[in-house]
Amino acid sequence: MSVSRFWRKIPQRYNLIGTQCTTCGRYFYPPRSLCPDCRRSGTIVEHQFRGEGTIVTYTVIRTASDLFEHTTPYVLAIVRLDEGPNLTAQVVCRPEEARIGMRVKSVFRRIAADGESGVIHYGTKFVPAE
Amino acid sequence: MVGICSYGVYIPRFRITMHEIARVWGADAGEITRGLGVREKSVPDLDEDTATIAVEAARAALRRRRIAPEAIGAIYVGSESHPYAVKPTACTVGEAIGATPHMTAADYEFACKAGTAGIQTCMGLVQSGMITFGIAIGADVAQGAPGDALEYTAAAGGAAFVIGNDDPIAVINQTCSFTTDTPDFWRREGQSFPRHGGRFTGDPGYFRHVQGAARMLFERMGTTPADYDYAVFHQPNAKFPLRAARMLGFAEEQILPGLVVPRLGNTYSGASMIGLAATLDLAKPGDRIFVTSFGSGAGSDAFDITVTDAIASSSFDRSAAPTVEALLANPVYVDYARYAKHKGKIVMQR
Repeated sequence: MSVSRFWRKIPQRYNLIGTQCTTCGRYFYPPRSLCPDCRRSGTIVEHQFRGEGTIVTYTVIRTASDLFEHTTPYVLAIVRLDEGPNLTAQVVCRPEEARIGMRVKSVFRRIAADGESGVIHYGTKFVPAE
Repeated sequence: MVGICSYGVYIPRFRITMHEIARVWGADAGEITRGLGVREKSVPDLDEDTATIAVEAARAALRRRRIAPEAIGAIYVGSESHPYAVKPTACTVGEAIGATPHMTAADYEFACKAGTAGIQTCMGLVQSGMITFGIAIGADVAQGAPGDALEYTAAAGGAAFVIGNDDPIAVINQTCSFTTDTPDFWRREGQSFPRHGGRFTGDPGYFRHVQGAARMLFERMGTTPADYDYAVFHQPNAKFPLRAARMLGFAEEQILPGLVVPRLGNTYSGASMIGLAATLDLAKPGDRIFVTSFGSGAGSDAFDITVTDAIASSSFDRSAAPTVEALLANPVYVDYARYAKHKGKIVMQR
């Protein structure tokens, strides 16, 4: 990932900054600048998600890409944030601990790094909250 | 008056026992555990480092007290294990708690006392009126070379203290420092692990500086150990702070609440600050706490602290973040191989 691409997404990655359409109340993560329901009559504002949610579904990654090959096995889940949107994120727990419906909360972790000398990509993962 | 407005701690959930490390190096586990007074130490997860620990500690502090991020004017992170040699951990913390961009920030390094140096800096900025709140953090994923004596205790964890003068939960009555050029422990640029002077780290290093700062504080305040409910010392092991406390005239029950090293290990820049946090977890209004940190190289910062009614008021919610005791509970034990992987001690093909 280029340095500029990582830098642009820091608010979303660190603090789960998304958006909300104040016309219909719908929340978006990643942020949308246009509400697909309200279109031109929608008003979009920035929203910081609380970082609590529920696992909708998950998979256990055992064969990963080069960046993550030494962290297997790990749990990759679709998490439904309490405000509504779903996002894909790692859940830091043993594979046997994960289950659909599990309550999770966000934590700040190292996601990946651009080699030994490149930028470190920090961001949000989830941990069990039960 | 300036003081601590909130505090938060983070400790990774993994532990390795002294017994397991001694098994690998063919050492006598019983002798090491008795000598150091440490049973186990914390180990970071694969995706945890000083920055993630500092962020989690700062967020815990801000959960306990509602402070507008824009009111935070300074962040200082003290550590021996900043993830970057050049690029401040403090900026990552500032971004992750929403305090950027109208703030000053810097990373500090003074072996194990860089975090308390951050507290002193924030005190100065608050008292001069330059900032409303400052955050001082001590955090480390401590380094110790494989097989070295340091490996038995070098642990991971950190604490964040929000310093301000708006209704503090604990007033800092006085602080003073004792500093000299003493090569008791060091890590040269580019080296992965620190080196130390063995037994030399004791009397000319730890004990001289801890006692120097502590006695200076007694003199300035006109106090004796009997005036304090609790005392916290830098805790590279359990033996040093217990001996320092005895030399100064503190009773064991004054330091035991803040003596977390037997189950945590030495979190370097986090060590005395986590000890203070563990004491604040139990403290009542009116309690007086004596704190002396120590950083090799060498120096000690001493603090005289009085807990205020605000710790039990509605503006501060101690239960909004886990106590040190809760963070030490239910650990996940790892063997040496897993520990070596987590700490990046295995030589990999690149």
